[in-house]
Amino acid sequence: MKTVGVLGFQGSVEEHLNALGKAGAAGVSVKTAAALNSIDGLIIPGGESTTVSRLLNIFGMTDPIREKIKSGMPVWGTCAGMILLAKNIIGGEPCLKMMDITVRRNAYGRQADSFKCRALIPEFAENPIPLVFIRAPWVEHAGENVQILCEIDGHIAAVRQNNMLAAAFHPELTENTAAVEYFLKMI
Amino acid sequence: MIKTEQWELNKNLAQMLKGGVIMDVTNPEQAKIAEEAGAVAVMALERVPSDIRKQGGVARMSDPKMIKEIQASVSIPVMAKARIGHIAEARILEALKIDYIDESEVLTPADDMYHLDKTQFKVPFVCGARNIGEALRRIGEGASMIRTKGEAGTGNVVEAVRHMRAMQSEIKRLTTMGHEELMTYAKDNGAPFELVEYVSENGRLPVVNFAAGGIATPADAALMMQLGSEGIFVGSGIFKSSDPEVMARAIVKATACYNQPEILAEVSEGLGEAMKGLEISEIAPENLMAQRGW
Repeated sequence: MKTVGVLGFQGSVEEHLNALGKAGAAGVSVKTAAALNSIDGLIIPGGESTTVSRLLNIFGMTDPIREKIKSGMPVWGTCAGMILLAKNIIGGEPCLKMMDITVRRNAYGRQADSFKCRALIPEFAENPIPLVFIRAPWVEHAGENVQILCEIDGHIAAVRQNNMLAAAFHPELTENTAAVEYFLKMI
Repeated sequence: MIKTEQWELNKNLAQMLKGGVIMDVTNPEQAKIAEEAGAVAVMALERVPSDIRKQGGVARMSDPKMIKEIQASVSIPVMAKARIGHIAEARILEALKIDYIDESEVLTPADDMYHLDKTQFKVPFVCGARNIGEALRRIGEGASMIRTKGEAGTGNVVEAVRHMRAMQSEIKRLTTMGHEELMTYAKDNGAPFELVEYVSENGRLPVVNFAAGGIATPADAALMMQLGSEGIFVGSGIFKSSDPEVMARAIVKATACYNQPEILAEVSEGLGEAMKGLEISEIAPENLMAQRGW
């Protein structure tokens, strides 16, 4: 069975662990660089991107995660996780600088502008799946080697670049496991 | 059980704050210090609870101008407090597009019988609770996040511990009860039946539960997390300490790594003076904020 780490400092950690369990994978919360050596893939959950990036730096995990991704370890960022993976952040500091995307934080506005919708993402599932956007970012620009998986109202909401997957929404907050199953196939 | 899409979205935002620290701030400079230290959100208010306690008088919603300045200064969610039952203050905060309203016992209650009907609002609400009955009443009214009350502005964690322990032990007790026992439990605790059923089946509240009221050190924060809290509110504890930047960073680290004693030892070192605390028994009963709420 594949073991998937969920970066465990803050945010929707438990929700991702539950979703992994439902999809038949073993999930484990990861808070140290050493723990990166015993996982087959890493999920960076939703949360506050500034908080998580501070903690990654404080606990010396930024470079080890970058090295793991460079060596091919599959990684998936949801919402804050997408922000952390991006090479460029509009009006902010990038963290892991791995994905060739430019991300706008809080792109839709404040909590009053959070929303839920359904969309067809052919790579994930045959039928439309529920998407939850909480103070969500969007991808303003994606590099040539980035595959766009989903757009909502003209804004890019999910992308893949080789072993890296990123979504502006939160599959872990819904009962639908199509996204996590797609990620597990990348491992 | 109310399950509107808006309530779900509001509950979801609280889920994103889990494992994090929400800090009271009174101006944009403090808000930036909090964000820089790794706070998941800030609570904008004019006076921190320990000053409200000291200065007395009626404590009200903060000036919208100050709230807007704080909103403009940080990218993390901004919360603000409305008085218990003050419909107009809550509507004003909603119009400011505040990310979360705290219907808070720290302010002077505006209504001595009823809390806000939070289902009538789009904006999310967090409410204080001392026990399971109070928590479920607030959720029944539409709160999408709960915090234990503790005793705000004291720097004394004992009340927060009491409330969190009461909550957790009742949750555990509910999971062992037969379905036939639940209606009497709902009656005895003044809690909506369907929410009692939910807790009995799921072994947790239907919304995220943070700890608040008296948390003054990284060790206090870690203690509350170990008792089952999902995150931490720090009011006076940060900006009433001698070195707020260092204290803020230390509490963020301690909350994220609450179960790693080596890290707790490291972050507890050389913090300077924590806020001066208050012994609960020295506070006149009518000045206990946790008693406010119905």
